[in-house]
Amino acid sequence: MADTPILLREQQYHQIKAVLARLRMDASAKVVFLVDKDGQEIASQGEVGNLDTTSLASLAAGNVAATGGMAKLIGEKEFPTLSHEGEKESIHISVIGRLLLVVVFDERSSLGLVKLRSKQVSHQLATMFDEITKNDYDDLESPFAEITDEDIDSLFS
Amino acid sequence: MTFINYASREINCKIVYYGPGLCGKTTNLQYIFDSTAPQARGKLISLATETDRTLFFDFMPLELGTVRGFKTRFHLYTVPGQVFYDASRKLILKGVDGVVFVADSQEERMDANIESLYNLEENLQSQGYDLMKIPYVLQLNKRDLNNIVPVEDLAAELKRKDEPVIEAVAATGAGVFDTLKAVAKQVLTELRKG
Ligand SMILES: Nc1nc2c(ncn2[C@@H]2O[C@H](COP(=O)(O)OP(=O)(O)OP(=O)(O)O)[C@@H](O)[C@H]2O)c(=O)[nH]1
Ligand SMILES: [Mg+2]
Repeated sequence: MADTPILLREQQYHQIKAVLARLRMDASAKVVFLVDKDGQEIASQGEVGNLDTTSLASLAAGNVAATGGMAKLIGEKEFPTLSHEGEKESIHISVIGRLLLVVVFDERSSLGLVKLRSKQVSHQLATMFDEITKNDYDDLESPFAEITDEDIDSLFS
Repeated sequence: MTFINYASREINCKIVYYGPGLCGKTTNLQYIFDSTAPQARGKLISLATETDRTLFFDFMPLELGTVRGFKTRFHLYTVPGQVFYDASRKLILKGVDGVVFVADSQEERMDANIESLYNLEENLQSQGYDLMKIPYVLQLNKRDLNNIVPVEDLAAELKRKDEPVIEAVAATGAGVFDTLKAVAKQVLTELRKG
Protein backbone atom coordinates (compact mmCIF):
# COMPACT_ATOMS: atom_id res chain seq x y z
CA MET A 1 0.00 0.00 0.00
CA ALA A 2 0.97 3.60 -0.46
CA ASP A 3 1.50 4.54 3.16
CA THR A 4 2.64 2.46 6.07
CA PRO A 5 0.14 2.37 8.90
CA ILE A 6 0.84 4.53 11.90
CA LEU A 7 1.32 2.49 15.04
CA LEU A 8 1.61 4.65 18.09
CA ARG A 9 3.12 3.25 21.25
CA GLU A 10 1.89 4.40 24.61
CA GLN A 11 5.13 6.15 25.48
CA GLN A 12 5.29 7.94 22.13
CA TYR A 13 1.74 9.08 22.53
CA HIS A 14 2.53 10.63 25.89
CA GLN A 15 5.66 12.29 24.51
CA ILE A 16 3.62 13.89 21.75
CA LYS A 17 0.98 14.99 24.22
CA ALA A 18 3.69 16.62 26.33
CA VAL A 19 5.05 18.58 23.36
CA LEU A 20 1.54 19.73 22.46
CA ALA A 21 0.82 20.77 26.06
CA ARG A 22 3.96 22.85 26.11
CA LEU A 23 3.14 24.47 22.78
CA ARG A 24 -0.34 25.24 23.95
CA MET A 25 1.03 27.11 26.95
CA ASP A 26 3.77 28.92 25.06
CA ALA A 27 1.37 30.01 22.33
CA SER A 28 -1.49 30.86 24.73
CA ALA A 29 -3.66 28.70 22.52
CA LYS A 30 -7.00 27.10 23.29
CA VAL A 31 -6.46 23.79 21.61
CA VAL A 32 -3.50 22.23 19.87
CA PHE A 33 -3.71 19.04 17.94
CA LEU A 34 -1.78 16.81 15.67
CA VAL A 35 -3.45 15.24 12.67
CA ASP A 36 -2.07 13.13 9.89
CA LYS A 37 -2.47 14.32 6.31
CA ASP A 38 -5.28 11.85 5.73
CA GLY A 39 -7.34 13.45 8.47
CA GLN A 40 -6.78 11.07 11.36
CA GLU A 41 -6.41 12.78 14.68
CA ILE A 42 -3.27 11.61 16.46
CA ALA A 43 -3.34 13.58 19.71
CA SER A 44 -4.88 16.72 21.10
CA GLN A 45 -4.32 18.98 24.05
CA GLY A 46 -6.28 21.84 25.57
CA GLU A 47 -9.83 23.03 26.10
CA VAL A 48 -11.24 20.37 23.83
CA GLY A 49 -14.55 20.38 25.69
CA ASN A 50 -17.32 20.10 23.15
CA LEU A 51 -15.08 20.90 20.21
CA ASP A 52 -15.57 18.22 17.55
CA THR A 53 -11.90 17.47 16.98
CA THR A 54 -12.61 14.48 14.73
CA SER A 55 -14.50 16.64 12.23
CA LEU A 56 -11.98 19.43 12.60
CA ALA A 57 -9.16 16.99 11.85
CA SER A 58 -10.82 15.78 8.68
CA LEU A 59 -11.60 19.30 7.50
CA ALA A 60 -8.09 20.53 8.29
CA ALA A 61 -6.70 17.68 6.19
CA GLY A 62 -9.15 18.49 3.40
CA ASN A 63 -8.14 22.13 3.60
CA VAL A 64 -4.44 21.35 3.38
CA ALA A 65 -5.04 18.84 0.59
CA ALA A 66 -7.01 21.38 -1.43
CA THR A 67 -4.53 24.23 -0.98
CA GLY A 68 -1.70 21.76 -1.66
CA GLY A 69 -3.41 20.94 -4.93
CA MET A 70 -3.58 24.64 -5.77
CA ALA A 71 0.10 25.04 -4.87
CA LYS A 72 1.09 22.35 -7.35
CA LEU A 73 -0.98 23.97 -10.08
CA ILE A 74 0.95 27.21 -9.72
CA GLY A 75 4.30 25.43 -9.46
CA GLU A 76 4.84 25.35 -5.69
CA LYS A 77 5.50 22.13 -3.76
CA GLU A 78 3.02 23.00 -1.04
CA PHE A 79 1.99 25.85 1.22
CA PRO A 80 3.72 25.07 4.51
CA THR A 81 1.29 27.01 6.69
CA LEU A 82 -2.33 28.06 6.49
CA SER A 83 -4.19 30.38 8.75
CA HIS A 84 -7.77 31.48 9.04
CA GLU A 85 -8.58 34.42 11.25
CA GLY A 86 -12.08 34.95 12.52
CA GLU A 87 -13.58 37.71 14.59
CA LYS A 88 -12.73 35.92 17.84
CA GLU A 89 -11.50 32.43 17.05
CA SER A 90 -8.71 31.56 14.66
CA ILE A 91 -6.91 28.54 13.33
CA HIS A 92 -3.32 28.05 12.28
CA ILE A 93 -2.13 24.91 10.50
CA SER A 94 1.47 23.95 9.82
CA VAL A 95 2.42 21.12 7.52
CA ILE A 96 5.20 19.00 9.00
CA GLY A 97 5.91 16.17 6.57
CA ARG A 98 3.05 13.72 6.95
CA LEU A 99 1.64 15.65 9.90
CA LEU A 100 -0.48 18.72 10.40
CA LEU A 101 -0.11 20.75 13.53
CA VAL A 102 -3.38 22.57 14.16
CA VAL A 103 -3.61 25.40 16.69
CA VAL A 104 -6.92 26.96 17.67
CA PHE A 105 -6.58 30.30 19.42
CA ASP A 106 -8.53 33.44 20.30
CA GLU A 107 -7.81 37.04 21.21
CA ARG A 108 -5.71 35.94 24.19
CA SER A 109 -3.01 35.09 21.65
CA SER A 110 -1.96 36.34 18.23
CA LEU A 111 -1.18 34.88 14.85
CA GLY A 112 2.46 36.01 15.13
CA LEU A 113 2.97 34.23 18.42
CA VAL A 114 1.24 31.06 17.26
CA LYS A 115 3.32 30.99 14.08
CA LEU A 116 6.54 31.45 15.98
CA ARG A 117 5.80 28.79 18.60
CA SER A 118 4.52 26.32 16.02
CA LYS A 119 7.67 26.70 14.02
CA GLN A 120 9.77 26.14 17.11
CA VAL A 121 8.26 22.72 17.81
CA SER A 122 8.01 21.61 14.17
CA HIS A 123 11.46 20.13 14.09
CA GLN A 124 10.97 18.25 17.32
CA LEU A 125 7.66 16.80 16.18
CA ALA A 126 9.14 15.80 12.83
CA THR A 127 11.97 13.95 14.55
CA MET A 128 9.59 12.20 16.92
CA PHE A 129 7.36 11.16 14.08
CA ASP A 130 10.30 9.89 12.05
CA GLU A 131 11.10 7.58 14.89
CA ILE A 132 7.51 6.41 15.08
CA THR A 133 7.39 5.43 11.43
CA LYS A 134 10.89 3.95 11.37
CA ASN A 135 10.13 1.83 14.38
CA ASP A 136 10.40 -1.89 14.34
CA TYR A 137 7.04 -3.28 15.32
CA ASP A 138 7.92 -6.88 15.75
CA ASP A 139 7.38 -6.71 19.49
CA LEU A 140 4.02 -4.95 19.13
CA GLU A 141 1.34 -7.55 19.19
CA SER A 142 -1.23 -6.64 16.55
CA PRO A 143 -4.60 -6.66 18.26
CA PHE A 144 -5.98 -8.09 15.07
CA ALA A 145 -3.52 -10.91 14.55
CA GLU A 146 -5.93 -13.45 15.96
CA ILE A 147 -9.20 -11.80 15.10
CA THR A 148 -11.86 -14.29 14.08
CA ASP A 149 -14.79 -14.00 11.71
CA GLU A 150 -17.03 -14.10 14.77
CA ASP A 151 -15.24 -11.06 16.22
CA ILE A 152 -15.93 -9.16 13.03
CA ASP A 153 -19.54 -10.29 12.83
CA SER A 154 -20.12 -9.26 16.42
CA LEU A 155 -19.28 -5.66 15.47
CA PHE A 156 -22.37 -5.57 13.30
CA SER A 157 -24.83 -7.35 15.53
CA MET B 1 -4.29 4.31 6.13
CA THR B 2 -4.82 2.45 9.34
CA PHE B 3 -3.89 4.22 12.52
CA ILE B 4 -3.47 2.14 15.67
CA ASN B 5 -3.06 3.98 18.95
CA TYR B 6 -1.86 1.63 21.66
CA ALA B 7 -2.26 4.27 24.36
CA SER B 8 -5.93 5.03 23.78
CA ARG B 9 -6.48 1.52 22.37
CA GLU B 10 -8.10 2.69 19.17
CA ILE B 11 -7.97 1.62 15.56
CA ASN B 12 -9.04 4.00 12.79
CA CYS B 13 -9.62 2.98 9.19
CA LYS B 14 -10.71 4.98 6.16
CA ILE B 15 -13.42 3.87 3.74
CA VAL B 16 -14.27 5.80 0.59
CA TYR B 17 -17.56 5.63 -1.35
CA TYR B 18 -16.87 6.16 -5.04
CA GLY B 19 -19.12 6.27 -8.11
CA PRO B 20 -20.68 8.49 -10.79
CA GLY B 21 -22.65 11.66 -10.05
CA LEU B 22 -26.02 11.11 -8.39
CA CYS B 23 -25.49 7.36 -7.91
CA GLY B 24 -26.33 7.64 -4.22
CA LYS B 25 -23.02 7.89 -2.33
CA THR B 26 -24.17 10.67 -0.03
CA THR B 27 -27.47 8.86 0.45
CA ASN B 28 -25.56 5.81 1.76
CA LEU B 29 -23.79 7.94 4.36
CA GLN B 30 -26.96 9.80 5.26
CA TYR B 31 -28.74 6.52 5.90
CA ILE B 32 -25.92 5.21 8.08
CA PHE B 33 -25.96 8.48 9.97
CA ASP B 34 -29.72 8.46 10.49
CA SER B 35 -29.82 4.89 11.72
CA THR B 36 -26.84 4.89 14.07
CA ALA B 37 -27.03 5.79 17.75
CA PRO B 38 -25.55 9.26 18.35
CA GLN B 39 -22.93 7.92 20.76
CA ALA B 40 -21.59 5.63 18.02
CA ARG B 41 -21.01 8.32 15.44
CA GLY B 42 -19.82 11.87 15.05
CA LYS B 43 -21.24 14.60 12.86
CA LEU B 44 -21.94 14.08 9.19
CA ILE B 45 -19.92 16.80 7.50
CA SER B 46 -21.08 17.55 3.96
CA LEU B 47 -19.17 19.95 1.77
CA ALA B 48 -21.85 20.35 -0.85
CA THR B 49 -23.13 22.81 -3.41
CA GLU B 50 -26.39 24.67 -2.90
CA THR B 51 -28.12 21.95 -4.89
CA ASP B 52 -26.80 19.21 -2.58
CA ARG B 53 -24.21 17.87 -4.96
CA THR B 54 -21.05 16.87 -3.17
CA LEU B 55 -18.44 19.55 -3.78
CA PHE B 56 -15.45 18.15 -1.93
CA PHE B 57 -16.46 15.29 0.35
CA ASP B 58 -18.86 13.98 2.98
CA PHE B 59 -17.30 12.70 6.15
CA MET B 60 -18.60 10.76 9.09
CA PRO B 61 -16.76 8.88 11.84
CA LEU B 62 -18.48 5.68 12.92
CA GLU B 63 -17.59 3.58 15.93
CA LEU B 64 -18.41 -0.05 15.41
CA GLY B 65 -17.50 -1.44 18.81
CA THR B 66 -14.58 -3.15 20.46
CA VAL B 67 -12.46 -5.95 19.05
CA ARG B 68 -9.86 -7.52 21.34
CA GLY B 69 -9.98 -4.49 23.60
CA PHE B 70 -9.49 -1.98 20.77
CA LYS B 71 -12.13 0.55 19.80
CA THR B 72 -12.76 0.17 16.10
CA ARG B 73 -13.56 3.36 14.28
CA PHE B 74 -14.26 3.80 10.59
CA HIS B 75 -13.94 7.13 8.86
CA LEU B 76 -16.43 7.14 6.01
CA TYR B 77 -15.90 9.49 3.08
CA THR B 78 -17.72 10.07 -0.18
CA VAL B 79 -16.15 11.66 -3.24
CA PRO B 80 -17.89 14.13 -5.56
CA GLY B 81 -19.11 12.10 -8.52
CA GLN B 82 -19.29 14.85 -11.09
CA VAL B 83 -16.59 14.35 -13.70
CA PHE B 84 -14.94 17.75 -13.36
CA TYR B 85 -14.18 17.29 -9.66
CA ASP B 86 -11.42 14.80 -10.41
CA ALA B 87 -8.71 16.67 -8.51
CA SER B 88 -10.80 16.39 -5.32
CA ARG B 89 -11.46 12.69 -5.86
CA LYS B 90 -7.74 12.01 -6.02
CA LEU B 91 -7.12 13.83 -2.76
CA ILE B 92 -9.82 11.93 -0.92
CA LEU B 93 -8.41 8.56 -1.94
CA LYS B 94 -5.19 9.30 -0.09
CA GLY B 95 -4.78 6.91 2.80
CA VAL B 96 -7.80 4.79 1.88
CA ASP B 97 -8.18 1.34 3.44
CA GLY B 98 -11.28 0.17 1.61
CA VAL B 99 -13.46 1.31 -1.30
CA VAL B 100 -17.17 0.94 -2.03
CA PHE B 101 -18.09 1.51 -5.65
CA VAL B 102 -21.72 2.64 -5.82
CA ALA B 103 -23.10 1.90 -9.29
CA ASP B 104 -26.31 3.48 -10.55
CA SER B 105 -28.46 0.64 -11.89
CA GLN B 106 -30.38 2.79 -14.36
CA GLU B 107 -29.80 1.96 -18.03
CA GLU B 108 -28.90 5.50 -18.97
CA ARG B 109 -26.17 5.59 -16.30
CA MET B 110 -24.26 2.56 -17.56
CA ASP B 111 -21.66 4.61 -19.39
CA ALA B 112 -21.24 6.87 -16.39
CA ASN B 113 -20.63 3.80 -14.19
CA ILE B 114 -17.97 2.47 -16.52
CA GLU B 115 -16.26 5.83 -16.82
CA SER B 116 -16.25 6.30 -13.06
CA LEU B 117 -14.85 2.83 -12.45
CA TYR B 118 -11.98 3.48 -14.85
CA ASN B 119 -11.42 6.77 -13.10
CA LEU B 120 -11.26 4.94 -9.76
CA GLU B 121 -8.68 2.47 -11.05
CA GLU B 122 -6.58 5.29 -12.44
CA ASN B 123 -6.78 7.47 -9.37
CA LEU B 124 -5.98 4.57 -7.06
CA GLN B 125 -2.97 3.80 -9.18
CA SER B 126 -1.75 7.38 -9.06
CA GLN B 127 -1.77 7.09 -5.25
CA GLY B 128 0.09 3.79 -5.33
CA TYR B 129 -2.85 1.46 -4.76
CA ASP B 130 -4.15 -1.41 -6.83
CA LEU B 131 -7.87 -2.02 -7.12
CA MET B 132 -7.16 -5.73 -7.43
CA LYS B 133 -5.56 -5.79 -3.98
CA ILE B 134 -7.51 -3.27 -1.94
CA PRO B 135 -10.62 -4.22 0.13
CA TYR B 136 -13.44 -3.50 -2.28
CA VAL B 137 -17.22 -3.90 -2.65
CA LEU B 138 -19.50 -3.30 -5.63
CA GLN B 139 -22.90 -1.90 -4.68
CA LEU B 140 -25.68 -1.91 -7.30
CA ASN B 141 -27.88 0.94 -6.16
CA LYS B 142 -31.35 2.19 -7.09
CA ARG B 143 -32.79 -1.31 -7.52
CA ASP B 144 -36.23 0.20 -6.82
CA LEU B 145 -36.44 1.97 -10.18
CA ASN B 146 -38.08 0.62 -13.35
CA ASN B 147 -35.48 1.31 -16.02
CA ILE B 148 -32.73 -0.78 -14.47
CA VAL B 149 -30.12 -3.11 -15.95
CA PRO B 150 -30.37 -6.74 -14.73
CA VAL B 151 -27.94 -7.63 -11.95
CA GLU B 152 -26.07 -10.20 -14.07
CA ASP B 153 -25.42 -7.65 -16.82
CA LEU B 154 -24.23 -5.02 -14.37
CA ALA B 155 -21.95 -7.51 -12.67
CA ALA B 156 -20.58 -8.72 -16.01
CA GLU B 157 -19.72 -5.16 -16.95
CA LEU B 158 -18.52 -3.78 -13.63
CA LYS B 159 -17.08 -6.66 -11.63
CA ARG B 160 -13.31 -6.52 -11.44
CA LYS B 161 -12.42 -9.47 -9.22
CA ASP B 162 -14.18 -11.63 -6.65
CA GLU B 163 -15.57 -8.61 -4.82
CA PRO B 164 -18.93 -8.88 -3.02
CA VAL B 165 -21.76 -7.52 -5.16
CA ILE B 166 -24.61 -6.05 -3.14
CA GLU B 167 -27.97 -4.83 -4.39
CA ALA B 168 -29.21 -1.72 -2.67
CA VAL B 169 -31.83 0.96 -2.44
CA ALA B 170 -29.85 3.53 -0.51
CA ALA B 171 -32.84 5.84 -0.33
CA THR B 172 -34.65 3.35 1.92
CA GLY B 173 -31.52 1.80 3.39
CA ALA B 174 -31.79 -1.62 1.78
CA GLY B 175 -28.33 -3.10 1.38
CA VAL B 176 -26.57 -0.11 2.93
CA PHE B 177 -25.32 -1.84 6.07
CA ASP B 178 -24.60 -5.07 4.18
CA THR B 179 -22.31 -3.03 1.95
CA LEU B 180 -20.55 -1.38 4.87
CA LYS B 181 -20.17 -4.69 6.62
CA ALA B 182 -18.73 -6.36 3.53
CA VAL B 183 -16.03 -3.71 3.13
CA ALA B 184 -15.29 -3.38 6.85
CA LYS B 185 -14.84 -7.12 7.10
CA GLN B 186 -12.22 -7.08 4.36
CA VAL B 187 -10.41 -4.15 5.95
CA LEU B 188 -10.24 -5.88 9.32
CA THR B 189 -9.19 -9.15 7.71
CA GLU B 190 -6.41 -7.24 5.98
CA LEU B 191 -5.19 -6.10 9.42
CA ARG B 192 -5.04 -9.70 10.54
CA LYS B 193 -2.44 -10.33 7.86
CA GLY B 194 -0.40 -7.52 9.42
N1 LIG C 1 -34.98 5.91 -6.41
C1 LIG C 1 -33.84 5.99 -5.76
N2 LIG C 1 -33.22 7.17 -5.61
C2 LIG C 1 -32.05 7.21 -4.95
C3 LIG C 1 -31.46 6.05 -4.41
N3 LIG C 1 -30.30 6.39 -3.80
C4 LIG C 1 -30.19 7.73 -3.97
N4 LIG C 1 -31.22 8.23 -4.65
C5 LIG C 1 -31.47 9.62 -5.04
O1 LIG C 1 -30.51 10.02 -6.00
C6 LIG C 1 -30.18 11.41 -5.85
C7 LIG C 1 -28.69 11.61 -5.73
O2 LIG C 1 -28.23 11.00 -4.54
P1 LIG C 1 -26.87 11.43 -3.83
O3 LIG C 1 -26.66 10.50 -2.69
O4 LIG C 1 -26.85 12.88 -3.53
O5 LIG C 1 -25.82 11.15 -5.00
P2 LIG C 1 -24.23 11.27 -4.94
O6 LIG C 1 -23.70 10.00 -5.46
O7 LIG C 1 -23.77 11.69 -3.60
O8 LIG C 1 -24.00 12.43 -6.03
P3 LIG C 1 -22.72 13.46 -6.12
O9 LIG C 1 -22.55 14.06 -4.79
O10 LIG C 1 -23.05 14.45 -7.17
O11 LIG C 1 -21.56 12.61 -6.53
C8 LIG C 1 -30.96 11.89 -4.62
O12 LIG C 1 -32.11 12.53 -5.05
C9 LIG C 1 -31.29 10.59 -3.89
O13 LIG C 1 -32.47 10.70 -3.13
C10 LIG C 1 -32.14 4.80 -4.58
O14 LIG C 1 -31.70 3.74 -4.14
N5 LIG C 1 -33.32 4.83 -5.27
MG1 LIG D 1 -22.71 13.22 -2.91
